[in-house]
Amino acid sequence: MIFNAAFNVRGAFAIFKNELMRMFRTIFGSILSPVITTSLYLVVFGAAIGSRMELPGGVDYGSFIVPGLLMLTLLSESTSNASFGIYMPKFTGAIYELLSAPVGVAETLIGFVGAAAVKSLILAAIIMGTAALIIDYQVVHPFLAFGYILLVAATFSLLGFIIGLWADGFEKLQIVPLLILMPLTFLGGTFYSIEMLPEPWRSVTLVNPVVYLVNGLRWTFLGQSDFPIWLSFGATLGFLLVCVAIIGWIFKTGWRLRE
Amino acid sequence: MPDPILDIRGLEKTYKGGVKALRGVDLAIKRGEIFALLGPNGAGKTTLIGAVCGMVRPTGGSIHAFGQDLAKYWKQVRRDIGLVPQELSFDMFDKVIRQVRYSRGMFGCPPDEARIEEVLRSLSLWDKRDAQIRALSGGMKRRVMIAKALAHDPQLLFLDEPTAGVDVELRRDMWRQIDALRERGTTIILTTHYIEEAEEMADRVGVINRGQILLVDEKDAIMAKLGRTEAHFTFDAPLAEVPASLSAYPVHLEQDGRLLVYRGGDGTGKGKREVAELAKLMTREGLAYTGLETCESTLEDIFVDLLKEPEVAA
Repeated sequence: MIFNAAFNVRGAFAIFKNELMRMFRTIFGSILSPVITTSLYLVVFGAAIGSRMELPGGVDYGSFIVPGLLMLTLLSESTSNASFGIYMPKFTGAIYELLSAPVGVAETLIGFVGAAAVKSLILAAIIMGTAALIIDYQVVHPFLAFGYILLVAATFSLLGFIIGLWADGFEKLQIVPLLILMPLTFLGGTFYSIEMLPEPWRSVTLVNPVVYLVNGLRWTFLGQSDFPIWLSFGATLGFLLVCVAIIGWIFKTGWRLRE
Repeated sequence: MPDPILDIRGLEKTYKGGVKALRGVDLAIKRGEIFALLGPNGAGKTTLIGAVCGMVRPTGGSIHAFGQDLAKYWKQVRRDIGLVPQELSFDMFDKVIRQVRYSRGMFGCPPDEARIEEVLRSLSLWDKRDAQIRALSGGMKRRVMIAKALAHDPQLLFLDEPTAGVDVELRRDMWRQIDALRERGTTIILTTHYIEEAEEMADRVGVINRGQILLVDEKDAIMAKLGRTEAHFTFDAPLAEVPASLSAYPVHLEQDGRLLVYRGGDGTGKGKREVAELAKLMTREGLAYTGLETCESTLEDIFVDLLKEPEVAA
């Protein structure tokens, strides 16, 4: 389908609003459960185990894992929300309306990915609030932290959107978040500094992209991390552009969208 | 045809597996008409609609709607096209009125609660506006599909099997709806299995089979061209031959002369008139028939004949 300049503002907003409303319909599941999970992690790892941990640079373990936990939730929630958002109309057949409407790739992305990213931002705020109740932590670069959270939420909502388009069953919908994202996040320095790992695991960890994400966010919170911030930021931005390019290709060819 | 609202030329669709769903379809739709597309399962009806509405990517040919090339100006053109698909497909957990608002917004229309209310009322959905869609009956769900398609006031509306699986009462109701839309000036293209529906509603009828349009004409013209009246006169005493006085009519004898069969007419009443004339003649000549049966061939018979013998249409 040829790119068309007539941007449908109302259409994009309608999808965005509908997606947000859909998420709030299941408010307990979608907002309460990550809050509870994060609280449990913080209590167990932060308050109980954390007091016996020693980190390089003498950072307090509690403030160390807050950005890690935040990243854990951001990655899994952004991905699963966006993938579910576009998979459901495919599953119910309601996608016919989207295809027959005057909405193109830009409107669809703003609607679906925008709503998923906004929900992730709301979750991030709730988690940071919850964490503040349990432990003391600081955000050294609040604006950069917000910008980085926004970037990660948008990027992984895009990834989720691709997964939702690709999936042709509920199992596939779960595979990427469960079998790839979850392990990568746990092995990505969520709960530890990769300085703490012995070789060769330390070098192996360097090919895990989530390591750069977690460290990027950690830098905005603590002002220090295992890598320079530009590397994390650049890697995330690069991944975002790859996702956008893939989605552009999907809409151009109609793959998994149109017969 | 001057200024058609939809102009399809040489449309082709070959699916990935090699199935040719559309083989060079040419079709022009007049502004304001109700066009019925008839065809058996797998004839290409839904693929044709899908090609216009964006679910199917055509592999050849062109589509112009409102005079604009759909491939280029799809975004502008789609604002004025509505679609009610065959399957009930929506977010079952959502409320009726929200789904209808959502559809209106998606097509780029500003919010208009008065119009939404009007649409819902016209489909007897107003009382159910705050109900979850999954709680509605099948017929009500189908009305929600129609309400969604009407929410953005399309000029051109596709109804893919609008009354499949709907009870008689709702079907009549649906027909009234379609009539009301015609009054508003909406052009309607509907596909159907029920010939009765085409006969009742349509201004023009197109017959599609195996991805090709076999015939497109005014409904009345089709009836006139292919419509037939058949009459059976039964005799207790067999006739040796067709009486000379009746030979001007298309009659012949069957069952060893016990049955005189008339087959003729053109669907405009000529057949019935001739049968009446035959009856009068026979009475005058003292040919005492003991039974008389007449029947009109319907669009359905015509349709079945057409599919049996594609050469008739060619």
